[in-house]
Amino acid sequence: MDKTINQKAWFLVLPVFLVVAFSAVLPLMTVVNYSMQDTFGNNQFFWNGVGWFKELLDPSTDLGGRFLASLGRNLFFSAMILAIEVPLGIVVALSMPRQGWSVAACLVIMALPLLIPWNVVGTIWQIFGRPDIGLLGYVLNNIGIDYNYVSNDFDAWATVIVMDVWHWTSLVALLCYAGLKSIPDAYYQAAQIDGASRWAVFTAIQLPKMNRVLLIAVLLRFMDSFMIYTEPFVVTGGGPGNSTTFVSIELVKIALGQFDLGKAAALSLVYNLIIIIVCWVFYTVMTNAGADRPINKGVA
Amino acid sequence: MARIDLVDLAHSYGGDNAPEESFALKPISMTWRQGGAYALLGPSGCGKTTLLNLISGIVTPSRGKILFDGVDITPFSTQRRNIAQVFQFPVIYDTMTVQENLAFPLKNRGLPKAEIDARVAEIADLLDLTPYLLRKATRLTADAKQKISLGRGLVRSDVAAVLFDEPLTVIDPELKWQLRSKLKALHRTLDLTMIYVTHDQTEALTFADTVVVMHDGRVVQSGTPAELFDKPAHTFVGYFIGSPGMNIVPAEVSGRNARIDGHTITLNRSYDRLPSTAKIEIGVRPEFVDIARPAPGLLSANIERIDDLGRIRFARVRVGDAKFAARVPPGFSIPDNAAGLVFDPAHVHVYADSLLVEGSA
Repeated sequence: MDKTINQKAWFLVLPVFLVVAFSAVLPLMTVVNYSMQDTFGNNQFFWNGVGWFKELLDPSTDLGGRFLASLGRNLFFSAMILAIEVPLGIVVALSMPRQGWSVAACLVIMALPLLIPWNVVGTIWQIFGRPDIGLLGYVLNNIGIDYNYVSNDFDAWATVIVMDVWHWTSLVALLCYAGLKSIPDAYYQAAQIDGASRWAVFTAIQLPKMNRVLLIAVLLRFMDSFMIYTEPFVVTGGGPGNSTTFVSIELVKIALGQFDLGKAAALSLVYNLIIIIVCWVFYTVMTNAGADRPINKGVA
Repeated sequence: MARIDLVDLAHSYGGDNAPEESFALKPISMTWRQGGAYALLGPSGCGKTTLLNLISGIVTPSRGKILFDGVDITPFSTQRRNIAQVFQFPVIYDTMTVQENLAFPLKNRGLPKAEIDARVAEIADLLDLTPYLLRKATRLTADAKQKISLGRGLVRSDVAAVLFDEPLTVIDPELKWQLRSKLKALHRTLDLTMIYVTHDQTEALTFADTVVVMHDGRVVQSGTPAELFDKPAHTFVGYFIGSPGMNIVPAEVSGRNARIDGHTITLNRSYDRLPSTAKIEIGVRPEFVDIARPAPGLLSANIERIDDLGRIRFARVRVGDAKFAARVPPGFSIPDNAAGLVFDPAHVHVYADSLLVEGSA
């Protein structure tokens, strides 16, 4: 078959090329360019090679120390919220009604926190937790718990984690609910006939059937929590001290606070690289989990 | 192992106070003998799955009782009934191997491991699953998965009956008959009561020794495949079973004569006391109507088309307003459009309001 050759199609994709180039590729290349240089203002730049990257990975330097500390905090934060939100989301999804008008009501209520803009979530919790005018802070202090997220590291962490759980557990729950809804009734009936206990139904049917959506939920929540900026910035501003300063907050401090473009560029590239690697790992795991095709025909 | 009795069993999904006409299953009483192979045959929505789910306990009946060997088990949960059920789509536990799948019902009942292993090995052997015991069950084909579903029912030694809910729907055609003959063989070896729901008459007639035909929530006939073919008790059975189905045409019947379209057919039996208000029809299977050259004394018909089924040909003809299917005798050259119909009087049945009327000799 002869193929018609028509180079005009290139003109049709050209606009997209330009948009992507100016919105993504060129800014990224600028960052790569900055990461190799140092500036002392006045738009004067000096070549620094891989110096910033060496510093970043060396905890004895100021830059490396700050980066690795904030990275550690960030990983701990992600681990904490995953450890809470995933089991909690599953429990919520399991206890949601399966039919009737209450399904719609539940879904709407569950979706509400997801619709609130990040900085509003931060503001809500910032006020909610204040010991003088916030309901949470006032009540906690009045029942004898010395709670102050501005001065106490533990309280600041607790506030940020509870806030994230409040904001995002419903996403995990909704995903799990969708996974649960897709299980045909026959599975439950068969389990009943097989005499399975409630726990056996969960481990043998519900959990395996939810594993895809759970992987997606874990991926989404990891990415989001690893890039978190707005909410902790609004609530704690990274404090007290540096105790809730996550990588993104540290990055903004370096880039816009100190105007160290070279250091900030190097940090953001490494940050970006970590995210890409994690995505790739998740993608590989997910596609392998989906590769359960029959491999032996004709077993009859 | 058990005899199953249904006593005035009925079910409505619309609550107990719904009018009886709307019941998914209208009141029935019948007995399923121990060791029988039954097929529940009927079109979609006729209540056959409802009946099956009532027996297995997935659905609780609105009325009536179910007895296993004389014991009323109506209030019992599915678990306590000792029923095995195979569903339309294979149900297997994804994360488990074939062996773990088969052992699952026994493990749930807390049997000792040695006993479980012995039983699983025995059933796997019976179902030809032994080579796959250590494989993940998700990786097998649909027919193997369906055998695992069945196996999970059979491993329990106390199982009272095995219920099948259209189990071959997702199986490739060439594997269907293999699996079906496997079921028959199992039935002979294990002496279990088996109830098989299907809308496919070939499946029902080849599997069962008793076929129960359901229509609109009622059992319209239950009998051997030959009985259903030779003497349908209801016009529905007549045209639902057989391919093509039975010819059912309105007729005026008096004594030994039936008049169709101005022509009289002599019947083998005499029908004297037919209810005068009832709708009278005669039914005859296409296999017992032959097409012939038009001749005086034969019911004349117009040929519309010929269906060549390979081994046998059927002519689709029209008599007045009624449509007929009739056999084309081998070697018969088909006339252009007009033809005569020759009836085998022994196989012409009379129906009053869709129900078979027994004539007197």
